[in-house]
Amino acid sequence: MRPFTYERPTDVAAAVKAVAATPGAKFLAGGTNLLDLMKLDIEQPTHLVDVNRLPLAGMEDTSDGGLRIGSMVTNSHLAADARVRSRYSVLTQAIVSGGSGQLRNKATAGGNLLQRTRCAYFYDPSKPCNKRLPGSGCSALDGLNRNSAIFGASEACIATHPSDMAVALTALGASLETMTADGATRTLAVADLHRLPGDTPHIETTLAAGELITAVVLPPAPAGGQVYRKARDRASYAGGLASVAVVGSQVAFGAVAHKPWRAEKTEAALASGAGAVEAAHAELAGAQDNGKNGFKIALVARMTADALAQAREGRGA
Amino acid sequence: MKTTITVNGQARSLDLDTRTSLLDALREHLNLKGSKKGCDHGQCGACTVLVNGVRINSCLSLAVMHDGDEVTTIEGIGGEENLHPMQQAFLEQDAFQCGYCTPGQICSAVGMLKEAAENWPSQASEDLTGAIALTDAEIRERMSGNICRCSAYPQIIAAIRDVAGEVA
Repeated sequence: MRPFTYERPTDVAAAVKAVAATPGAKFLAGGTNLLDLMKLDIEQPTHLVDVNRLPLAGMEDTSDGGLRIGSMVTNSHLAADARVRSRYSVLTQAIVSGGSGQLRNKATAGGNLLQRTRCAYFYDPSKPCNKRLPGSGCSALDGLNRNSAIFGASEACIATHPSDMAVALTALGASLETMTADGATRTLAVADLHRLPGDTPHIETTLAAGELITAVVLPPAPAGGQVYRKARDRASYAGGLASVAVVGSQVAFGAVAHKPWRAEKTEAALASGAGAVEAAHAELAGAQDNGKNGFKIALVARMTADALAQAREGRGA
Repeated sequence: MKTTITVNGQARSLDLDTRTSLLDALREHLNLKGSKKGCDHGQCGACTVLVNGVRINSCLSLAVMHDGDEVTTIEGIGGEENLHPMQQAFLEQDAFQCGYCTPGQICSAVGMLKEAAENWPSQASEDLTGAIALTDAEIRERMSGNICRCSAYPQIIAAIRDVAGEVA
């Protein structure tokens, strides 16, 4: 691992200022993804600003019946919260389907959103990867792309975003509160946090340099059942091949794009009275097969149809 | 960087390179070799310790992040003269072969039982709003972050089931 300096501010504005003022600086939250990537020399920060002692680990009901989640709430505490389990069960289901108990005890709401792809070529410095080394090429296009994107990919990158939690947040229509380098705060939709790869897959989010996610805000839960389904190669502690979050008539897919994928065409089909199978296919009609990931198209269609039926019937997870 | 961590009840002051993982601080600086380095990437669970009572992968945490924290390693869970019930149960159920993963399995199991006692849900929980029953399926799911290359899983589950029964 390359050398770096370290500080642990206790004030949010000071943390934001520290990262903005130091080239090569990064925020350090749970560290379960960042430190792993630093060991592999893929992440190379010169300065770490540890945000673990910032007062961002609280949760509170909002005046409109939603829930405001501090960005440093751990995945474990978020999944176990009684309000989340009863009102936003899709979020609990998504979180407990990701990582291991040990990882969820360190992983945070903010950090989970900002984790990097698990594309094998991103992890292999001996191979070209536009995300790791811009301009070097994409090895996955003609390589091992079984777990690559079927939506929104580009010639430069077909990697996927690996978060389960973010898929549930996208289906719930959650938003984020952030603090920017000048100390100002702003709000953006979770759906607007991640970018599609385009020509610049190394730029993954719409956050400015030094901008810190301070909270995730859930709107009041919409009517209807909530379901999270995830397909993977082993029963536990494995990244998804594909996942589906259903919240009433709101639908999002995971592990199929560079960002959590809101299935707007499925939602539109549902709104015009389509059945579950037809609605599922409405979104999948636009999916792309890169050679080895075509199975995801049928997989997501079936999972979506089943999850929609399950949500309507009010069957449990 | 100066860092003070309470390890197994004793305050230990260290002057560390910022890159030192909590695992390396325990093993190489404090000579506590019970916690094992398996994969060093959070995939195997052999390095599991309790930090402020919560199980984490010590390989994926920097020691300097834990200034002021209380860390419990397998050495603090129990020793030859005062075996923890989980250690005793692992002996009685023959829950290991080579033993390399065992300290991590035991620390993880102790942390896991506390999580279950606080009614934290898992992927195996059928009812998210009710009380969690610690079935074998629940134990397996909650322990999936600890790999045993000798595949002593049936005995590990039996040992944890024994202790869970005593706690319940």
